[in-house]
Amino acid sequence: MNFLGTIGRTTLLFMEATGRLAMFTFMALSHCLRPPFYLRLIGRQMVDIGYYSLPVVGLTAVFTGMVLALQSYSGFARFNAESAIATVVVLSITRELGPVLAGLMVAGRIGAAMAAELGTMRVTEQVDALTTLSTNPYKYLVVPRLIAGTTMLPILVLVADIIGVFGGYLVSVYRLDFNPATYVRNTWQYLEFMDVVSGLVKAAVFGFVIALMGCYHGYHSKGGAQGVGAATTNAVVSASILILVLNYLLTGIFFS
Amino acid sequence: MSAVNGTNGAGGTPKISLRGVRKAFGPKVVLDGIDLDVARGESVVIIGGSGTGKSVLLKCILGILQPDQGTIRIDGEDTTHVTGREREAVMRKFGMLFQGAALFDSLPVWENVAFGLIQGQGVGRREAKERAIATLGAVGLTPEVADLFPSELSGGMQKRVGLARAICTRPEVIFFDEPTTGLDPIMSDVINDLIVKCVQDLGATALSITHDMASARKISNRIAMLHKGKLVWVGPTSEIDNSGNAFVDQFIHGRAEGPIQMQIRAF
Ligand SMILES: Nc1ncnc2c1ncn2[C@@H]1O[C@H](COP(=O)(O)OP(=O)(O)OP(=O)(O)O)[C@@H](O)[C@H]1O
Ligand SMILES: [Mg+2]
Repeated sequence: MNFLGTIGRTTLLFMEATGRLAMFTFMALSHCLRPPFYLRLIGRQMVDIGYYSLPVVGLTAVFTGMVLALQSYSGFARFNAESAIATVVVLSITRELGPVLAGLMVAGRIGAAMAAELGTMRVTEQVDALTTLSTNPYKYLVVPRLIAGTTMLPILVLVADIIGVFGGYLVSVYRLDFNPATYVRNTWQYLEFMDVVSGLVKAAVFGFVIALMGCYHGYHSKGGAQGVGAATTNAVVSASILILVLNYLLTGIFFS
Repeated sequence: MSAVNGTNGAGGTPKISLRGVRKAFGPKVVLDGIDLDVARGESVVIIGGSGTGKSVLLKCILGILQPDQGTIRIDGEDTTHVTGREREAVMRKFGMLFQGAALFDSLPVWENVAFGLIQGQGVGRREAKERAIATLGAVGLTPEVADLFPSELSGGMQKRVGLARAICTRPEVIFFDEPTTGLDPIMSDVINDLIVKCVQDLGATALSITHDMASARKISNRIAMLHKGKLVWVGPTSEIDNSGNAFVDQFIHGRAEGPIQMQIRAF
């Protein structure tokens, strides 16, 4: 009996959370389309998400590219397919690893920061203060973050793609003694437009999800420092899991 | 109950009108049927023990919290469940000083004060800054403070910035949640004068919360006492000393013995 009760309660809680998230998303999106638009805030968020994430994302990308080259070499050398390394690197980076790893890194960096900032604003009544000053918190706090997240992540991923491929190039040329010109040619040879675009579309979705989770958990945080801490954790964990799940679904849609 | 509905001279529809407002958090009933009218240009102070729901009452009127029952009318219009654009329009009439100041810590002091001007009224940033600095002057803060961030201020200074933010747009109705808490006696009196001035010169309606009886006497036309979710006494400030109400007497004289029992145990 108790067991059933637990299942029932959990299901209800889950439904409630889903409904609340859906409402939140709907509200936020509807405010994205209606003026006023806070361009100054959107700009600031874009700099925060796009520019200041470059080092983290760049480092992730370069080492991923390098390790990809090393790993595929040690595998492909067994059946003399070393020439495929460049293709493996570029396809893995643009289609999967670029968006997913950049997404996860940004989720840790930006999702957490958003949840902590909005959460602190919530528990210190700054969100209430916004409404008393005739400013809609969705518009002022949530919309700029969603817009910046959705637009900046594709740009970050494009940069990550380039850096990642360059990482593979470095290892192949300087460590595995490949011919540079051949490597570059192989990189381009089998790369299709769709490979890159699918990665960028994924990035836009991930950017939206990161900002949404950061804002949602921050906006609904309760209590004091502990509540903000919980909101931060939830934002990062839920964004990361959603990124992995959505990555699978999107891959299924693009390449089925 | 003529005191509750007393419009204190100025006739017509009351600026704020509460009827049967009830608010509970889970099983805990905080407000249990509040009736109160505040006339245009009147200054009413709410007193009551800590945790009796004074701040919750203000938040219900402001629409930050939704009452479970009852109606709240502003200028005769029912605003209890108003949201979105209409809510923003109602909010434009209001200025609120939060108990914890609630300053935006990502913005410098002057932008905090000018926030309502810039975002709500579309005043240009340069002009808004000038007006913000002027308002800061009125609460006893120098122009140098304008470029600091809230975290660089003392508690009392934050409170005064919050006050400046509440009055900068010259709202029709101003809510003060403990405006003088955390200030020294002299600055408290300056703030009291400022509140009186806002009401007299700007014709604003004020609803304040305070534990400071000196301040309450100075800034209010009427006083309402909240106890156990109900207004146990509402009357003119001049009658506070002979209200004939045991709760009020105990409160204004600050006695531990009386009908208000504090939930404490010996240790
Ligand atoms: N968001 C909330 N959730 C649950 N309970 C709340 C909430 N806000 C207030 N309360 C409860 O409502 C009661 C009244 O709180 P309120 O802040 O209005 O007190 P107050 O009269 O302003 O006290 P003080 O003079 O100390 O500021 C408190 O017991 C508090 O626990
Ligand atoms: Mg309070």
